[in-house]
Amino acid sequence: MKILVAVKRVIDYNVQIRVKEDNSGIVTDNVKMSTNPPDDNAIEEAVKIKEAGKASEVVAVSVGEEKAQETLRKALAVGADRGILVKVDGAIEPLAVSKILQKIVEKEKPDLVFMGKQAIDDDCNQTGQMLAALLNWPQATFASKIQVKEKSLEVTREIDEGLETIEVSVPAIVTCDLRLNEPRYASLPNIMKAKKKPVEQINASDLGVDTKPRIEQIKVEEPPKRKAGIKVASVEELVQKLKNEAKVI
Amino acid sequence: MSVLLIAEHNNKEVKPFTLNAISAASQINEDVHVLVIGSNSEDVAKSISEIPNVKKIIHVNNSIYENYLAENYTSVIFKISESYSHIVCSANTFGKNLMPRVAALLDVSQVSDITKVISEDTFQRPIYAGNAFATVKSNDKIKCVTIRPTSFDPAPTSGGSAEIQNSDAGEATEISKFIKKEEIKSDRPELGTARIVVSGGRGMQSGENFKLITAVADKLNAAIGASRAAVDAGYITNDHQVGQTGKVVVPDLYIAVGISGAIQHLAGMKESKVIVAINKDGEAPIFSVADYGLEADLFEALPKFLEELNKLNTIQK
Repeated sequence: MKILVAVKRVIDYNVQIRVKEDNSGIVTDNVKMSTNPPDDNAIEEAVKIKEAGKASEVVAVSVGEEKAQETLRKALAVGADRGILVKVDGAIEPLAVSKILQKIVEKEKPDLVFMGKQAIDDDCNQTGQMLAALLNWPQATFASKIQVKEKSLEVTREIDEGLETIEVSVPAIVTCDLRLNEPRYASLPNIMKAKKKPVEQINASDLGVDTKPRIEQIKVEEPPKRKAGIKVASVEELVQKLKNEAKVI
Repeated sequence: MSVLLIAEHNNKEVKPFTLNAISAASQINEDVHVLVIGSNSEDVAKSISEIPNVKKIIHVNNSIYENYLAENYTSVIFKISESYSHIVCSANTFGKNLMPRVAALLDVSQVSDITKVISEDTFQRPIYAGNAFATVKSNDKIKCVTIRPTSFDPAPTSGGSAEIQNSDAGEATEISKFIKKEEIKSDRPELGTARIVVSGGRGMQSGENFKLITAVADKLNAAIGASRAAVDAGYITNDHQVGQTGKVVVPDLYIAVGISGAIQHLAGMKESKVIVAINKDGEAPIFSVADYGLEADLFEALPKFLEELNKLNTIQK
């Protein structure tokens, strides 16, 4: 079994983002970037399946600018065997990403494709499901447990009401939830070794995929500020304020 | 052209978030049609036909739809999509799972999780965990849109009498199979729709200590929430998680106890009408969004809070 894992380079989740003054987007210059958090879970799960002897190869793929190589190197440092960087400049929508991944799947012929359930920058939550549709593969989204069977996967999904278990035939797409596993840290020797692992570079334009955005971004604004609150001195004061001032209890 | 809304239901009742999505759909265009795909789901179709905002129901009733699978739903939606200018549903785990599959088949770039309808093709949506809002215009012929339920009021549920049109089932998928659902049953109000939410974070120190939260929640008839840190530490199950990757809640009152206020948690609750923070670290970021902050040890403050609530003559339910 071969597993392809898609990873995205995003602004680090601890960074307080800033809106550009001309409202054209978010400030990304000199901002710390890292792997989209649930993509780390996707890599970890693929590597664990390989370590359990149920997969032969883990290939990491990223669609983005040149610097997305760092994200691939990190995936290689925690156990992916090789990387593929599909280079594209500027903003790219999930639909175009899924079309690019479709081309990569056709070339690499993996049995499984893993990725995070959502990227924490655009918060779209689309790419995995879109790729599944384009390939006509089953989708197991928001996975918190994956059991590899002979020709299928049993996947437990996080849903609003609790948990749901489905069985999908292989080949399949799985989008990973944060509770799927605990991603490991890369050790220094493995980071060094990862530098020697192969990373193939492809230009998105060579794949024949139209990556032009379909959605016009008219403006980006900061959310309305909450008016400053107050500190109360005691529990009694808090209850009185909630009862008589805010009138919510 | 009309708006097609995909209903979420359990074959008996329509799920509450579908009502919020119907409100948003009627802001896009008044001609709202609702697609009900289910098995023995006549009651669902009937109850939706009584929603005044709904002009027509398309009911696909077949035993293959006893359980919701995106693969099965997609083939039905795809077949009838041509007659619509918009396909919409709620942006919860139901709609998030479904809509992109539909959009990709239609070669449409989806607009996810909208919080405002500006015009038929222009919407506002949060990005970066709600730390920014983008106004976006979709130029696709059919627009696929998911709706953040808590940003729209639920549609009224009586007074209408829409026509119910039966329609044929699609092919049953063979690549995906439902096995089981473990619903977490509770007498409490649901987290996503509760008027009051009391949430605990890592400061609770253990799952056992959540009983302090439970006691306050019981008194206030509140839902219980948690930060990702508390869920990851195993204090409480994931269905309680509030945040960017959990649930987004907009209650009248949100009480954050022992929660520092990481960006990803704030994303799930900072639109609440009144926010209370109880934390012993006066510098915790949660205080920056709190209307009322109490700098105190939660293990003293929570029992005292309950005691003070017990002294009140009345508590709103």
